[in-house]
Amino acid sequence: MKVRIQFSKHGVMKFIGHLDIMRYFQKAIRRAGIDIAYSGGFSPHQIMSFAAPLGVGLESDGEYMDIEVNSHRGAKNMQDALNAVMADGIEVLSVRLLPAQAKNAMASVAAAGYLVRFRTGYTPEFAYKEKIDAFYGKESIPFLKTTKKQKLEMDLKPALYAFSLRGDDVYMLVDASSAGNIKPVMVMEAFYRENGKELPPFALQITRTDTYMNAGTEEKKSFLPLRDAGEDF
Amino acid sequence: MNKLALSDEILLQVEKPVRYIGNEINSVVKEKTKELIRFAMCFPDVYEIGMSHLGIQILYDMLNHFDDVWCERVYSPWVDLDQIMREKKIPLFALESQDPVRDFDFLGITIQYEMCYTNILQILDLSGIPLLAKDRSSKDPIVIGGGPCAYNPEPIADFFDLFYIGEGETQYRNLLDLYQQNKHCGGGRRDFLRAAARLPGIYVPSFYEVSYHEDGTIASFLPTEEGIPGKVRKEIVREITDACYPEKPVVPYCKVTQDRVVLEIQRGCIRGCRFCQAGQLYRPVRERHVDMLKKYAVAMLQHTGHEEISLSSLSSSDYSQLEELVNFLIEVCHEKKINISLPSLRIDAFSLNVMGKVQDVKKSSLTFAPEAGSQRLRNVINKGLTESVILSGAVKAFASGWSRVKLYFMLGLPTETQDDIQAIADLSNRIAAAYYETVPKEKRSGKCQIVTSTSFFIPKPFTPFQWASQCTKEQFLEKAYMTRAAIARQLNQKSIKYNWHEADASVLEGVLARGDRRVGQVILQAYRKGCFYDAWSEHYKNDVWLSCFAQCGLSIEFYTTRQRSLDEIFPWDFIDCGVTKDFLRREWEKAMRGETSPNCHVQCQACGASRYGSGVCMENRAGNTMSGISGEGEMA
Repeated sequence: MKVRIQFSKHGVMKFIGHLDIMRYFQKAIRRAGIDIAYSGGFSPHQIMSFAAPLGVGLESDGEYMDIEVNSHRGAKNMQDALNAVMADGIEVLSVRLLPAQAKNAMASVAAAGYLVRFRTGYTPEFAYKEKIDAFYGKESIPFLKTTKKQKLEMDLKPALYAFSLRGDDVYMLVDASSAGNIKPVMVMEAFYRENGKELPPFALQITRTDTYMNAGTEEKKSFLPLRDAGEDF
Repeated sequence: MNKLALSDEILLQVEKPVRYIGNEINSVVKEKTKELIRFAMCFPDVYEIGMSHLGIQILYDMLNHFDDVWCERVYSPWVDLDQIMREKKIPLFALESQDPVRDFDFLGITIQYEMCYTNILQILDLSGIPLLAKDRSSKDPIVIGGGPCAYNPEPIADFFDLFYIGEGETQYRNLLDLYQQNKHCGGGRRDFLRAAARLPGIYVPSFYEVSYHEDGTIASFLPTEEGIPGKVRKEIVREITDACYPEKPVVPYCKVTQDRVVLEIQRGCIRGCRFCQAGQLYRPVRERHVDMLKKYAVAMLQHTGHEEISLSSLSSSDYSQLEELVNFLIEVCHEKKINISLPSLRIDAFSLNVMGKVQDVKKSSLTFAPEAGSQRLRNVINKGLTESVILSGAVKAFASGWSRVKLYFMLGLPTETQDDIQAIADLSNRIAAAYYETVPKEKRSGKCQIVTSTSFFIPKPFTPFQWASQCTKEQFLEKAYMTRAAIARQLNQKSIKYNWHEADASVLEGVLARGDRRVGQVILQAYRKGCFYDAWSEHYKNDVWLSCFAQCGLSIEFYTTRQRSLDEIFPWDFIDCGVTKDFLRREWEKAMRGETSPNCHVQCQACGASRYGSGVCMENRAGNTMSGISGEGEMA
């Protein structure tokens, strides 16, 4: 049986990288006594896969992983058992049973929502609140992506599904699929540049609000949180 | 959740911020009260090394079981953060509370190897604690040193308020009670140290004075006040099964060196290899009861979620209940898909059978530590491993599917000749030959792989070789080149890979190991000139160290190559480590005659450790002398 687990990551836990979070959950699942399934072979490992890696420094309310279990005592029981052994800063928010034919978490990821807060002393030097709609209304948002190997001219606009103000923060929904994935900081860099400024380092505290799958079609997308693929048990 | 000592900006700049945030599973957070004794327990190396150390986990657990104490952990900030902390004047903090170390009552530093001495100064410096104990005031924490290097604390004596000699389980409660009493009575720092110096196992360097002969050797080493003991006797746990052991060790987030449950099955070693310091310091050997170990194994796996468990001891094969314990672990771990790691096992039918069950034979390798190439030299060092035992072990292992063998040797052992070095190559070759002779072609998976590694022998205090002359750097390197050339001449040389250590650091380690109080000024100067993380070859600055010795007017050769006379007073002679100097001298003389000594199970050698009335010394054996053997008479 496949179970999808949603968890949050806050506070000091944001400094723990993706690989260490995987190790953390492997140990937590043993401590919680979850009857997880193991792969075969000489060094068996837990059957577990994560949806979308979260960068070091980001917080989240919408992290997901799928695990395969041999038996269980219900969703509530599993959630409580996990939360009893969590470190301060990580909480299991939902546990859902996936239908047998469900795509795994990583393959399901289509988009992710992010809330961008400006750190103290880093409020933009332009009237950002008034510039949001104009930025999102643009036909295209050119962006020069620099990697170690190459510079790539790209358009962020097709990958930006929402860009709006929430209080003093900026909310955005972006493509997080393996094919078209963009990072929220890229959007913010483009937003600053559009307004004649450069995004200073460490200006932003970013929280992933949720991770979504596409329940619609390629042309007409309809985003649902990854937990909605499963049901209570 | 606590506010961190470091800003997000800093943590996102440095490599592995996870080293500095605390909050690990099973780490202990207590409510701060005025009465609470704050204890910072430090391993002066990077987090991944320090978190792998069992001793701190034991003491952390013990101290946090005391209601009036909160023990937290401190490790060396890596070089990137070190620089930022100096620039921004951020004081070093403990992981749990993130509070500055300088506000603690105690800073305990475990000293596991000599090459961390400059890191001790880094810890003090970043904390804002004066580097020299004499400059500290009532505001500063009491700085305690412990661990194996505390058995010759003299090179670092000036940096510590006190040293705890021996196993930490026994005297900390008394020491903390003294501290509370002294505080309530309005006593000062000096009053506390004076009272502490009277406790068993506690050495307060500032109450002792050293004088030297003209030739630089020690003339006298005496307490400066009445009531301060002339000799400090090591502390040991007599009933190790009843001693505290952590059921809930702290679980790091990142991968650390020892990323597993560690079950200490026994302390000490019966073997008496003459180069080995641990083999003497932890005498007498004491076993933990197998029932206790089974209980802890299950509890520790449950509370940590680790996917591996390892047995810890100096020589696991000598543990009397090994078979019962290992069979129990195999059963429990198989069910829970937990790996078992079994280091320091002798190769015999039992261990091969067990290892075949717990490891992937194709991927793992077999390890032998003959330490010396020839039987003659193995007799000198009292390493009771013969060539026929190694060869028959290897043949059995080859038959069970192993094809990789690691061999460990030392170069520069006392009395070593060219023949002994040649014998290293010959032995490596014979093991390779045994593979090709005994494993039929169709069963081979390619060539066999022999990895022969040599380290350089460094004489250590409280070993029979404490009188030995250490080789120079040039001699060390020549020996390594000879070994390499000898291996290259072997018929099976293509199956043998040879590794050797760097020589520079071995020379310095030798100075620090057998140094006296005067060496402290060199360590201080080297630190001020930028030396730290000396145990990391990429950060080791040999030229700086050499110039510091020259500037302080101290000779490296005095501490390393010099032949010591049998009646010389050593800097560490004021410590009674359980075995007597008389015993060590007898062993040294036997070594020079090439005679071996049987192990503790076979025959008591009257080393002196039976005074503790514990462990193997309580067994009924031939030659067992239950009467106390005096350890006195060594001091001037």
